[in-house]
Amino acid sequence: MSNIGSYDERVKNFDWKIAEKELDYKPGNIINIGWYCSDRICEKGYGNKPALIWEGSTGVEKRFTYNDLRLNSNAIGQFLRGLGIKPEDRVCLFMDKIPELYIGFLGILKMGGIAQPLFSAFGDESLFVRLDNAQTTAIITQKKHAPKVRKIMEKMPYLKHLIIVDADPAKPLLDREVAFDMEKAEKPEKFDIHPTYAESPSVLHYTSGTTGQPKGVKHVHYSLISQYLTSKWVLDLQNSDIYWCTADPGWVTGTSYGIIGAFSSGVTQCVLDAGFSADNWYRFIEKHKISMWYSAPTAIRSLMKAGDEVIKKYDLSSLRHLASVGEPLNSEAVLWSEKVFGKPFLDTYWQTETGSIMITNFPGMKIKPGSMGKPFPGITATVIHPETFEPFNETGKIGLIAIKPGWPAMMRTYWRNEETYQKKFKNGWYLPGDRSSIDNEGYFWFVGRDDDVINTGGHLVSPFEVESALLEHPAVAESAVVAKPDFVNMEVVKAFVTLKPGFTGSKDLDLEIMNFVRKKLSPLAMPQEIEFIDTLPKTRSGKIMRRILHAKEWGEEIGDTSTLEDD
Amino acid sequence: MDEMQEIIKTYVIKEYVEDDTELTYDSPLISGGIVDSFSMVSLKRFLENKYNIAIPDDKATPEAFDSVNKICALVREYVK
Repeated sequence: MSNIGSYDERVKNFDWKIAEKELDYKPGNIINIGWYCSDRICEKGYGNKPALIWEGSTGVEKRFTYNDLRLNSNAIGQFLRGLGIKPEDRVCLFMDKIPELYIGFLGILKMGGIAQPLFSAFGDESLFVRLDNAQTTAIITQKKHAPKVRKIMEKMPYLKHLIIVDADPAKPLLDREVAFDMEKAEKPEKFDIHPTYAESPSVLHYTSGTTGQPKGVKHVHYSLISQYLTSKWVLDLQNSDIYWCTADPGWVTGTSYGIIGAFSSGVTQCVLDAGFSADNWYRFIEKHKISMWYSAPTAIRSLMKAGDEVIKKYDLSSLRHLASVGEPLNSEAVLWSEKVFGKPFLDTYWQTETGSIMITNFPGMKIKPGSMGKPFPGITATVIHPETFEPFNETGKIGLIAIKPGWPAMMRTYWRNEETYQKKFKNGWYLPGDRSSIDNEGYFWFVGRDDDVINTGGHLVSPFEVESALLEHPAVAESAVVAKPDFVNMEVVKAFVTLKPGFTGSKDLDLEIMNFVRKKLSPLAMPQEIEFIDTLPKTRSGKIMRRILHAKEWGEEIGDTSTLEDD
Repeated sequence: MDEMQEIIKTYVIKEYVEDDTELTYDSPLISGGIVDSFSMVSLKRFLENKYNIAIPDDKATPEAFDSVNKICALVREYVK
């Protein structure tokens, strides 16, 4: 029996108080996610239960009980406080998926800081714009990533501490650097957890838009209410589950469901900190007897590509429930998983700003492969006309997805960018920026983004950021960046480039520019294809018409070209 | 040690290793998290440019790119 039981009954009788009651939270009381994810589970008698089973790329395994989680997060909280870091200071986590990332997140929240996780593959430019916007006080990182921070330290006078969790004792630390060894650190039995309340800021995640710099999405401690209940009703987390969320906590799934949802539910979570290989993933499931697996369409399609033969080598009978997030899950992938695992991956739809799952397929519900499913109980979602912003009266119409604001995990603002935040609302609806339709049974069907943002492997990449980076390359005169279809990643970055006089397009220049962007921004943002062209299509006022290039890549109609410069 | 092994290893260190991690010809590149799946595209492009070959996409798997030695074996299949 699934946790949600009857979807229709839940919708009828829904109140967020259900989660508040289960978490023993009363409005106005202290609510601290760090405490809920560690101390509370221990107080409930599960201190010795495995909380985190971590495996590194060399096969090394580390295990942490809930009591270990409590003590180690106390240690990190105490260490940060000792450095003079104050409540609401931003503390960046810039690490691979190592235990210090998961436990550090809880430690930051326990001392009242705002956790700012950043993807460890970010290049120095991507890192700098996000740290600069947040005016980050401290960064917790590994020695392998420290050089990228050192490169930009000079430009960040507000950054007081670079904390290295695996510093080499033989090498002297530089100015503002400090070592922290979680294993050797004193682990205080008692730690004064900062009294955070429902609206106290907790997490700052950065996300990309079409224009402008990345936006810092501010979440608060009350987000726990949605994250806990969606973990219970959608991911169906149960006390005996061995859970694997493959997302990196540098992105929102990795924190909302890879840390908060998992640990506040008291399940045992496994983490594999290694690059992708189908063999290794199936081995990991078999070894740890994973029962609930939350992954992404990109990974699922990569597994499909690896073929069905490899699956036969492993016993995957422990798998009980599968879910997917990041980009729409195509019907072929749903049908494939049903064929090879005996159960479908259930698609879940949400985004950094929503903080928790919004529209989804539920355990026990009739699954329509390729559909996003239905709104979570308590979430009012619909599709509205893109110009009038009024909901459609009939089914099947394509429009903008719109959600009534007010659920617990919704972002509270964009950091230092209230103006852009306000633009996300129209006619009383929050607009995630996606288009879909609703069928006559209330199922949502994803159509696409409503802007130029590229969704590659479930991560959003801003064409503006890539174009800006391209322009810094000495050979590039102008650039336009669009999404290109891709079987595994759904979309990848494609750049159209015009060159400065004296430069000629070549295979070597192509590779040089790719690597230039990869190092500056991230591997996700690196154009997987560069096309050198003589001129870019522009409006008569000189604005580059990405729409035309996008249509060309997708084999679509170009549409109205009346404003095209050379028409 | 042959020339191809050394060229590829030097390139991987230069482009993808951020610290002083030592690399052998058998170090796991993809499963070891040194080269991620997105960056594999640029590594494939390097090999194609350097050796004037075209590696079919279905042969450019994480397994085939998982060490310098495995990459060399793959490249040799296409070098005339």
